[in-house]
Formats: sequence, C-alpha cells, structure tokens
Amino acid sequence: MREIDVKEISAAVSRLCKEACYYLPEDLLEKFKDSVKTEESPLGREILGTIIENADLAKRKDVPICQDTGLTVVFMEIGQEVHFDGGDLYTAIHEGVADGYVNGYLRKSSVSDPLFVRKNTNDNTPAIIHTTIVPGEKVKITVCPKGCGSENMGAMKMLKPADGVEGVIKFVVDTVRSAGPNPCPPITVGVGIGGNMERAAILAKHSLTRKVGVHNSDPKYAELEKQLLDLVNKTGVGPSGLGGTTTAVAVNIEYTPTHIGALPVAVNLNCHAARRAETEI
Amino acid sequence: MAEQTVIKHIKTPLTPETVKSLKAGDVVRISGYIYTARDAAHKRLSEALARGEKLPFDLKDNVIYYVGPTPTKPGEVVGSAGPTTSGRMDKYTPGLIEHGVRGMIGKGFRSKEVIDACVRYGAIYFAAIGGAAAVISQSIKGEKMIAYEDLGPEAIRRYEVEDFPAIVCIDTEGNDFYKIGIAKYSKE
Repeated sequence: MREIDVKEISAAVSRLCKEACYYLPEDLLEKFKDSVKTEESPLGREILGTIIENADLAKRKDVPICQDTGLTVVFMEIGQEVHFDGGDLYTAIHEGVADGYVNGYLRKSSVSDPLFVRKNTNDNTPAIIHTTIVPGEKVKITVCPKGCGSENMGAMKMLKPADGVEGVIKFVVDTVRSAGPNPCPPITVGVGIGGNMERAAILAKHSLTRKVGVHNSDPKYAELEKQLLDLVNKTGVGPSGLGGTTTAVAVNIEYTPTHIGALPVAVNLNCHAARRAETEI
Repeated sequence: MAEQTVIKHIKTPLTPETVKSLKAGDVVRISGYIYTARDAAHKRLSEALARGEKLPFDLKDNVIYYVGPTPTKPGEVVGSAGPTTSGRMDKYTPGLIEHGVRGMIGKGFRSKEVIDACVRYGAIYFAAIGGAAAVISQSIKGEKMIAYEDLGPEAIRRYEVEDFPAIVCIDTEGNDFYKIGIAKYSKE
C-alpha cells in the first residue's frame, strides 16, 4: 500500500488548472500550424494565424488563452494500492481548483444553483470529478477546464441498433453542422458510443483528453474517426464558423459494450482552446 | 463579397451612416468606448427597461460587447477578454436595439428576431474570434466599472478600445456572413 497526502493532490490540481488555461497543448498547436497550409479560405487562414498568435501570447504572459476558463473537469485514475491521508480526496480536489482559479487569475464561472439562484460560487468549485480505480499504486490526474460555448453544443441520442454506422455518422455530422460557429472551431469532436446514457456522455468527454493524431486502437473505429473528420470538414463551417475547410482537427471515438436493444451516442465538442493538463503522482 | 485584405476603421458611438456603409464580411477595427454585458447583465437591463427605469449607461448608438473577462493580473489593463456566444442574448437583444443599441460584438449565430431588428432599426452585429482572448485584450486600453459589480465577470464595464479586431456578420440589410461563408466552402 502507498500513502499519499491529499495536500499533494490539491497542489497538483491547482498547478494543472493554471497550466491548462495558459498553455495550449503542443500537439494541437502543431496541428493548427499544419492547417494554415491546407485551409482554403483566406479569412480562415488569417483566423488560424490569430489562434496561433493567441496561444503564443498567452504562454509568454502566463494569461488564459480564453476568458472562459470553464467548469473544471477532473479525471482521476487511482491505483487500488493507494491510500489517501490527511483529509478527504474530493475536498482536496475542490481546494486545488479554488486555489488555482483564485491565485491564477482564472475566471470563476460556476453558479451554485442552475435554475433559481444562479449565484457565483466565486472560486469555480465544485469541480466535476470522474474517478476510476485501476491496478497499481499511482494516481493520474487530468484537468480539462471546458467553456460553455462548446459544452452547450454537445448532444446525446439513444439511437436504435438498426440505425447502425450510418445513423452514428448522421448524428455526429448534424451536431457539428448545427453547432456552426458557436463552439469556436476548429473543434475536436468527442464521440462516446455504447454503454447507457451516462456512460456514453462520459466516454465522449474522456475522448477529448486524447492527443491529436492518436486514433482508437480498434481499426474499425479508427477508420470511422477518419471518415467522420473528412465529413465534418466538408460542412464548410471552418475557422470561427465563418466558412472554410478546417472545421475540426480531430474526431475521437471511445466505445463500450451496450444493451441488445441500445445504441447510445454522445457527442461532446471541444473548442480550439482545448485545454488539458495531466500529471502522475 | 468584400476583399478580406481591406480593413475598415470605425469609431464608436456608431452613426447610422457608418453602420449602413458596413457589409457582411467586412473586416473592421473598432476604436472608442464599448460596453460589456452578457447573460445576467442583459436580464437586468431588460428588466429595468420593462420597469421604465433609467439604465446605467446610455444605449443610444453604443456597442455592447458580449464578454465576461478573467480577473486582471497585476500590471495588466484587463484580463483575457474574448467574445462569448451571442445566441444566449437573443431573447433580450431586439428590445435593446429598439432602445438605441447600434452594435453588438460576440460570436455565433443570431436568431431571426435579432436579424430582423438589425434591419428595422439599422443595427449591426460583429463577430470577434472566439477563444482569441489574449490577443483581443491587447486592443483594450482602459476599463471602467459601470454597473452590477456584484455580478463579477458579468458586471457591465466600459472598455476603451483601439483597433479592436472584428468582422461584420449581420449587416443592416440582414445579410448573415456565417451563412454566406459556410455556404461558400460547403462540399456537402
């Protein structure tokens, strides 16, 4: 068994919140630089150039890439040999988020009650935490702050098994097309297929933690990712949704077994400021 | 469609003539004062109008920027301050245009009601590049708190801007550059 003080978790979460909001992942930045060469719209190329300039400036000045520093999504893989000391784990994560957002000059965008009160909690808590227990004695933390411009454009549908691959393709492409400029393209399209309603949604979100250029390890799903990327880039949405051929930089699919009568599909779109930072303890 | 290389420099408050001369797709640089307001501030402004109260700033010919900035770091003028999704303000926008708002800056689709109000009252909708918040902040030279400070990032601030970068999206004839641009590059 390995003892980990939860203060270490708080400190890591705080640091990751700031890193994720200030520094665009390198793989994504490289992808944008490549896209400038292939984008057909002159205005689209200019917008991609501004996005790259923006990422450089944010990194140089340690300021947020985007003002919407989002709700803080935290994925944790916890080795089952780990024992947490010094307090409860979820409180430690929330304290890390509060520290990162307050001291990192990140925007506090969380409201206490979604419907009646909508009062800002002033420290961006609570975080949205997804934990999984895995073998071993390590802890992997991935922090993905996500703004609501893109989150609001997500969609979930319980398809029929008879809808098949064609039904999935139509749902994904329709979702991207109707989102248009709102999720701040070029986007990353996260797709969760299978399980049940909530499992598909979490898979779609988790797929956004993947690096650009990495495909599903199952060749059939990898092929579908490429096919979907090609199709969403034919919608014409383009950078900032002002027209162009770079609507998305990646389509990431995660799948899991499902019921004999079900074909759940969730689509979670991520903006070009696709923030993620991870560490292993 | 306008050549993308031509940049039109405009000043706020906007005159009806300036607004009329702008066409969907024009690339502009905006200088002068603009006012920030997003979801909660729009709700309060609209409720105040409905009660017949005086508003915290004069809407006439002014430009509203849909933004909720990050806190200002020491030594900076403002935090990161890019546009938020405009569609969430659609419910309130026609009423504000009717009361004098001449321009809006945001990102994303607008409703038919907003487009109709732009045509009827001669207002204009500009798109700024969503997510380019650090770059956009470079064009903001001053900030003043105007109202609703309790709303934090949603408070109304007055920004002094110099060459704020934007693109005309909906013009006074009701042309929507999102539709025009997307149709041009669609291969479906």
